[in-house]
Amino acid sequence: MSDGEPLVRWDWIADHAGELADYTGVHLRLGLLPVVFGLIISVPLGILCHRWRWLYPPVLTVANILYSIPSLALFMIFVRYTGLTERTVMIPLTLYTLSVLVPNVVDGLASVPEPVRLAATAMGFGPIRSVVQVELPIAVPVVIAGVRVAAVSSISLVAVGQLIGQGGLGYYITRGLQLDFPTPIVTAIVLIMLLALATDALLVLAQRLLTPWSRNKVTAA
Amino acid sequence: MIRFDAVSKNYPNGTTAVDELSLELAEGGITVLVGPSGCGKTTTLRMINRMVEPTAGTVSLRGRDIREVHAPELRRGIGYVIQHAGLFPHRTILDNIATVPLLLGWSRKKARARAAELLELVGLPSEMAKRYPNQLSGGQQQRVGVARALGADPPVLLMDEPFSAVDPIVRAELQAEFIRLQKELHKTIVFVTHDIDEAIRLGDNIAVFRTGGKLAQFDTPERLLAHPADDFVAGFVGQDRGIRRLSFVKAAEVPLREGPVLPETSPVARARTVDEPWVLVVDEARRPLGWAAVAGLPDTGTLADAPLAPLGHTFSLVGDSARAALDAALLSPSRLAVGVDAEGAVVGVADAYELSAVMAAAEAVAAEAAAGDAGADAPGGGER
Repeated sequence: MSDGEPLVRWDWIADHAGELADYTGVHLRLGLLPVVFGLIISVPLGILCHRWRWLYPPVLTVANILYSIPSLALFMIFVRYTGLTERTVMIPLTLYTLSVLVPNVVDGLASVPEPVRLAATAMGFGPIRSVVQVELPIAVPVVIAGVRVAAVSSISLVAVGQLIGQGGLGYYITRGLQLDFPTPIVTAIVLIMLLALATDALLVLAQRLLTPWSRNKVTAA
Repeated sequence: MIRFDAVSKNYPNGTTAVDELSLELAEGGITVLVGPSGCGKTTTLRMINRMVEPTAGTVSLRGRDIREVHAPELRRGIGYVIQHAGLFPHRTILDNIATVPLLLGWSRKKARARAAELLELVGLPSEMAKRYPNQLSGGQQQRVGVARALGADPPVLLMDEPFSAVDPIVRAELQAEFIRLQKELHKTIVFVTHDIDEAIRLGDNIAVFRTGGKLAQFDTPERLLAHPADDFVAGFVGQDRGIRRLSFVKAAEVPLREGPVLPETSPVARARTVDEPWVLVVDEARRPLGWAAVAGLPDTGTLADAPLAPLGHTFSLVGDSARAALDAALLSPSRLAVGVDAEGAVVGVADAYELSAVMAAAEAVAAEAAAGDAGADAPGGGER
């Protein structure tokens, strides 16, 4: 970094406000769509693992192995099939969420008290209805706890996608390094952190709205 | 109504939960399944709604083999109350109660209207409708559990130790409420408990199971107490079954004598002419005020001036059992139990020895009844 260059040039941020907003949108999409896809995969997979316990250890092992593969390596593998597209970033990020989301779905289902499960059967819920109408709703707090972790880590991981030119706000980090210009780097880091915090806050809010029953205070009738 | 035909439940590991059970449960009555843990009583209960499938034999409901009915459908027609209430934590109290009607495809509006009725029926205020289960006490949750089981007005109710997870005071309350409800609803109820007192209090008929899933005796509470089939049943019923049998003798059958009863306006001297150590002082309506010890009477004046020992308690000839009468005798300072009529006026007194005569009389009646209708169930009056 050249001497005398300030950490942040506010006029640069003002000049690039529109562009920054666009990249922020891309970043959000790249970070959050994998969490949505991850959930779409993890919920049925978690239900199966809960139903047939023998399935859970191998599934968890595979999810953890996937998580242990460096993102760079995964990008290189998928580039061969999906090119330098957003998909090449989102597929690995989706796979990464599984190691958090699958265990949380399984734990969430396991958190359903045995009398509740028995009552559902005794009332005449079939097995599928019991899962959809009773067990999954009760698992929501535990599942959302997993979604929070997955979302925050996914949002921060997006920047690595810049290696194949699809890094959302990560673009400003490489750009700043190339130009030896700190303002875009600092701006991108702050924006990514803000995105992660805002997403987390929204998820907390979502949980409160989805699970009014998990709060203990007596509401006025 | 509910019929077990040589029903057994064996598990692959070799344990036998229920062994060759044949039993017929009467329509409209409460049958209590009781026994030590591991005796197969809960398994028996769960075979009625197919939560457990028997390995041999047939269970039939109103003449129909229950295996002919799709299990979830069968269960929607049978109420079930579970030990820890098992309410759905994510649903409001009203929606919990509406569970089965909604499963049966009722409209939301109709199901909720029905649920609101049931909330009232089980004695909970309507403000609770919108609350969630974790905002209710254990006893309240259990009431909701009963309401939920009654959701679609099923003819049969299965209750698996429904009152065992609450404290004794709440339990007694729930039991009383349950007896009141049953008087109104006349459901066919199968009730599982490990508590013989609860069984005797609630059951029209009691099936006592022994470890290994064998039925030891199936009888009315009176006959169970009077004639336990064997040592196991006698031991399970308990050492005080003689006293407990008195619960089934109406206080009205107790022989009473007039006793030393004097109005409070009587002069003290009058009490001394009665050849008894204690006199019962009553008001102008013959309601008892207390016992006066003749030895402790003042020299002059009326009995209103005399120091009175508390009554202990009286027993009512209209509602109480001979057990209450015996208890009253044991607690009375004069050792005399005071029997009162519906207005609370003294009818007469009896001591514990005189009360024991009522047992012999009851015994004779029971023996006659047993000889008369061998096997037929005539649920007696008793302390309900």
